[in-house]
Amino acid sequence: MRAAVCDYGAGNVRSVMVALSRLGVEARVTTRPDDVLEADLAVLPGVGAAASAMDGLRAAGLDGALRERLDAGRAIVGICLGLHLALHESEEDGGVAGLALVPGRARRLAGGRVPRIGWAPVEPLGEEFYFAHSFAAETPAASALSEGLVAEVRCGSFVGVQFHPEKSGPAGARYLARELEAARAGSDVS
Amino acid sequence: MPLPRLIPCLDVAAGRVVKGVKFEGLRDVGDPVELGAAYSDAGADELVFLDVKATLENRDALVDLVDRVAARLAIPFTVGGGIRRREDAERLLLAGADKVSVNTAALERPGLLTELAALLGSQAVVVAIDTKAGSVYSYAGTQPTGRDTVEWAREAESRGAGEVLLTSIDADGTRDGYDLEITGAVAGAVSIPVIASGGAGASAHVAAALEVAQAALLASILHENPDRLRTLRSELRKEGVPLRDAT
Repeated sequence: MRAAVCDYGAGNVRSVMVALSRLGVEARVTTRPDDVLEADLAVLPGVGAAASAMDGLRAAGLDGALRERLDAGRAIVGICLGLHLALHESEEDGGVAGLALVPGRARRLAGGRVPRIGWAPVEPLGEEFYFAHSFAAETPAASALSEGLVAEVRCGSFVGVQFHPEKSGPAGARYLARELEAARAGSDVS
Repeated sequence: MPLPRLIPCLDVAAGRVVKGVKFEGLRDVGDPVELGAAYSDAGADELVFLDVKATLENRDALVDLVDRVAARLAIPFTVGGGIRRREDAERLLLAGADKVSVNTAALERPGLLTELAALLGSQAVVVAIDTKAGSVYSYAGTQPTGRDTVEWAREAESRGAGEVLLTSIDADGTRDGYDLEITGAVAGAVSIPVIASGGAGASAHVAAALEVAQAALLASILHENPDRLRTLRSELRKEGVPLRDAT
């Protein structure tokens, strides 16, 4: 299985690469639309700031490639900021228009300590995952919650998570393995 | 709020775990990757690798260490010690670190925190504060800065720090318990998470720290022994501290 990890600037994409390769995926960090179109799975990783990340995606033409993937029903996984970028807009950096793959917006967390950092239960997944975020999705496509915040989003062939499965120990590895299995099944069908 | 966190701290120099008193007579006590992996297996929520030599020639060894840790571990880790420039921090994150902690460099140039937050996001920027009798000390706790600890924590937050790692020089090494007074004062003054550090000698100390802070740094209490972390976790759970299920 091949994964294209979208490259949009500074930050830790290494952990995602390591997690994918541990699960037997041949992952490549890329800025090429063709890579994103051809891979079995496209990953929007969870690092950096929203405005510069969107600029990077648009400059490379990855916004169009991701839209095309979604329309074709091919798997995309967004992690943390990668989830926020998939929405219509984000409040981060004074307001940023997103990829609009998924309805909704990313809003700054109100209440509690921000950034929200640490392990927290996710329901109905029934496990604890690692979070590190200052913004969270507000979307009708939410499929799992953590302490009332959107923790997972499903919309067509897009799956987004607010937590970091690549940093969530055995629970995160189990989660990724399940999603990869689903992407693999979908890829075989198409 | 997320669950309270236990964070083992590994002192490293030239790519090895070291032990020593006040940075003198450092002894090699093992491989940071192996020890980090063992802590991870024993239920560590995160790890901190602190470069206690922090010399320029040691930078490459630190980046190499981060690279090896990232290849092995699947829990978050912070790297600190002598990070003075944006480029240093960026290099460590690209190698696979999740957060960097800055101390003296931020005191000398608070704008560094803002630059790092803009580049990496606040969640990746930890301000490490060494405190004694309510005042901040720099250069590994040796130089008084005359700054008030609570005020500096507030300023660091406003400049972009996403977490405070607060070490009480008074409590450090005493094993008499964390300095709950200053930890509580800082936690009450900022709205970013606070990691308590210095003074842990027993599980009750850790439990008390987690009442006022969001995480506890564990150093000498563990004696580089992952089994001690296992025991500590089960003691804390018995005392009702809601730690994560790390299986």
